[in-house]
Amino acid sequence: MADRIKLQVARYRPEQESEATFDEYEVPCPKDWVVLDGLNHVKDRIDGTLAYRWSCRMGVCGSCGMMVNGEPKLTCATFLADYAPGPVRVEPLRNFPVIRDLIVDIGDFMRKLATVKPWIVREEEQPLSAGEYRQTPSELDDYKQYSMCINCMLCYSACPVYGLDPHFIGPAAIALAQRYNLDSRDQGSGERHKILSEHEGIWGCTFVGECTKVCPKHVDPAGAIQRYKLTAAVETVKAFFMPRGAS
Amino acid sequence: MTPSHDVVLVGGGGAGLRAAIAIAETNPRLNIAVVSKVYPMRSHTVSAEGGSAGVIAPDDSLDEHAYDTISGGDWMCDQDAVEAFVKEAPQELLRLEHWGCPWSREPDGRVAVRPFGGMKKMRTWFAADKTGFHMLHTLFQTSLKYASVLRYDEWFVTKLLVDDGRVQGVVAIDLKSGKVEAITAHSVILCTGGCGKIFPFTTNASIKSGDGMALAYRAGAPLKDMEFLQYHPTGLPFTGILITEAARAEGGYMINKDGYRYLQDYALGTPQKEPVLRTMELGPRDRLSQAFMQELAKGRTIETPYGHVVHLDLRHLGEKKIDAKIPFVRELCVKYVGLDPVKDLIPVRPVLHYMMGGVHTDINGATPLPGLYAAGEVACVSINGANRLGSNSLTELLVFGARAGKAAAEHASRKLEVSQGVLAQARDEHRRIDQDLFSKKGKERIADLREDMQKTMEESAGIYRTGAALTKAVDRLRRIQERYANVAIEDRSQAFNTERVSALELLNMLDVAETIVMSALRREESRGAHQRTDFPKRDDKRYLGHSLVHRNPDGSTRVEYLPVTITRWPPAERVYGEAAPHGGSH
Repeated sequence: MADRIKLQVARYRPEQESEATFDEYEVPCPKDWVVLDGLNHVKDRIDGTLAYRWSCRMGVCGSCGMMVNGEPKLTCATFLADYAPGPVRVEPLRNFPVIRDLIVDIGDFMRKLATVKPWIVREEEQPLSAGEYRQTPSELDDYKQYSMCINCMLCYSACPVYGLDPHFIGPAAIALAQRYNLDSRDQGSGERHKILSEHEGIWGCTFVGECTKVCPKHVDPAGAIQRYKLTAAVETVKAFFMPRGAS
Repeated sequence: MTPSHDVVLVGGGGAGLRAAIAIAETNPRLNIAVVSKVYPMRSHTVSAEGGSAGVIAPDDSLDEHAYDTISGGDWMCDQDAVEAFVKEAPQELLRLEHWGCPWSREPDGRVAVRPFGGMKKMRTWFAADKTGFHMLHTLFQTSLKYASVLRYDEWFVTKLLVDDGRVQGVVAIDLKSGKVEAITAHSVILCTGGCGKIFPFTTNASIKSGDGMALAYRAGAPLKDMEFLQYHPTGLPFTGILITEAARAEGGYMINKDGYRYLQDYALGTPQKEPVLRTMELGPRDRLSQAFMQELAKGRTIETPYGHVVHLDLRHLGEKKIDAKIPFVRELCVKYVGLDPVKDLIPVRPVLHYMMGGVHTDINGATPLPGLYAAGEVACVSINGANRLGSNSLTELLVFGARAGKAAAEHASRKLEVSQGVLAQARDEHRRIDQDLFSKKGKERIADLREDMQKTMEESAGIYRTGAALTKAVDRLRRIQERYANVAIEDRSQAFNTERVSALELLNMLDVAETIVMSALRREESRGAHQRTDFPKRDDKRYLGHSLVHRNPDGSTRVEYLPVTITRWPPAERVYGEAAPHGGSH
């Protein structure tokens, strides 16, 4: 194995240039180095001006998503040696406005997430003195997978629908809406239905499944969307016959 | 126009979000701002794995949780704070359940609990082994419900505004645009977490640079018990990724190079096949990390390219249990070291994990500086004393996040006017950040200074310490501080200038590092996680007190002591293994 590898890193400094260019850096490539280690080497040893986000370096904070050789990846969980002999092309996540170098603006997702009411909705709250809401392990399993989303944005970057139609609420936000819809403690699916069905984006998803393929946490947003479409059809029928209190 | 809020929270992790919700619920008319250098769901709470402690089992009691915590902390905990903590813990955890936290369950639907290190009863609530991740996302998503909570995502706070003897806001950089702005407030709560990045080998995320501790210290609030740092006994070599204590709670063994369960040689009990509470692998973290160092000295560890290790053996647990209870452990091992715990031994070594010390607060999260509060790892109440028990910290950020939120809300309701001096201070700070920092034409690389600091800290303030090494560290840190004046900042852009942030974080870490070394030097005894080989005994006569480190006007440090609050558990010997006493008051 080569002991060094070339990184071709997208650079964009809005105060200096109108579009992205690439800088090339050569970094060490031991077998346990991930792409992020390569970027840190660049920043610490070669070029302090390179800008990117990172934090936990263990695949759970969701900060370090980037395009690596054209695919959306968590750079802390993507090994340099897998790309030997190189070069490795590192770019900001696709489908987002770029703020600087490898940093994208995820404000659109943050706004959309809040609109799907990702919290427990109850008609009546049980007092704490009554203890926990009982939830069996199999009821937990009904939504557990969708609760594993780390908001890393790889799915938005992979989603062809979001790429064409930025109004599409997107894979992670729908998966998180479903996470609550399917939680036995929640009674908010009716409210969420109004929001999710407002825009036709969800019907535009043709189950290409790119979001599920790139998800580093096996959340399966594509499955969530398909499952939601089915529920939505039922909800729509229910709402037609029972305009109030359908849930 | 200067943005103004009733309460500003610095940091949006578990403690910050819990505080924000507490304020919103206490007084919906208050206007709350969460100012964080990262999006809230990126905060380091996300990495916590094993669980969160709170008495719920019928055979458990609040007194036993209190006793385990106090003895675990080697009698440095304030017992009134511990009593409040254990009492409020179960209801805080239940509240999180009502907000949707996906706690692991018993077959009948009740919340499940697991054993944990240093705990005599099963009382650790868990969401598989991603407890912190689920708690953080539950809190974050729930916080979106409250219209009074406004977020400043990716704003880096550089200074607390103090005038007229009270804190009145912050100055922060909006990272996206680079603009420096004052944000005024009636109350400020620091919730910025720990400072693990001061050390070279840590479980802490890259963002853990002790920012809140440094902000408070410079503003005139003392830091407490800074010499007490926790090494977690099971980190993966090279990355420092944490292998949760839950791996041992579920029955994992610690073995040395001979396959021997070495903990039996260190007054932690005799090995049994099944895990026994407060015994062997379920001893407290300080003692387990110290045992590793003893094994190392005896030549019974295994040498690897990334230092010496021992092994964590989970093979006998079987694939089914591993996948059900600790799936993240398996995922991390397979991904990052190419080993599968179902059939391979996991190499581990002690890794810097947690700061017991922090900004000095009372039981309501209030610092001595009016208007300033702190909660979570950044604060020292102290419920953790000289050694924190695993799974107490996640609960701490709920209990004391909520308490600090309520106290800050009450203070803010008085609506004291912003004084004139504040705006002048903000202008000075603007100049420091925008001009002074950018005008530096130095040659010192940030990374070089950071590495020198980390090396200094590991060599002097690690698991075992001596007066001589700490004295040397004081000088070395001072030299690094001097070199900082000549730091190189190549990046002159305003848009998302991460190099400028790194330079400011380094300055924060250098201040915090100094307080750690000074406090450790002064404490001439061995207690919990502070082990001085030149003073190997605990000395209650001289040191049953919290160290408080203040910053003098000339920038030098001053260490004072504050008595520990003892209510019902007089200082006694810490005993683990079969000889361990049962809890309850004495």
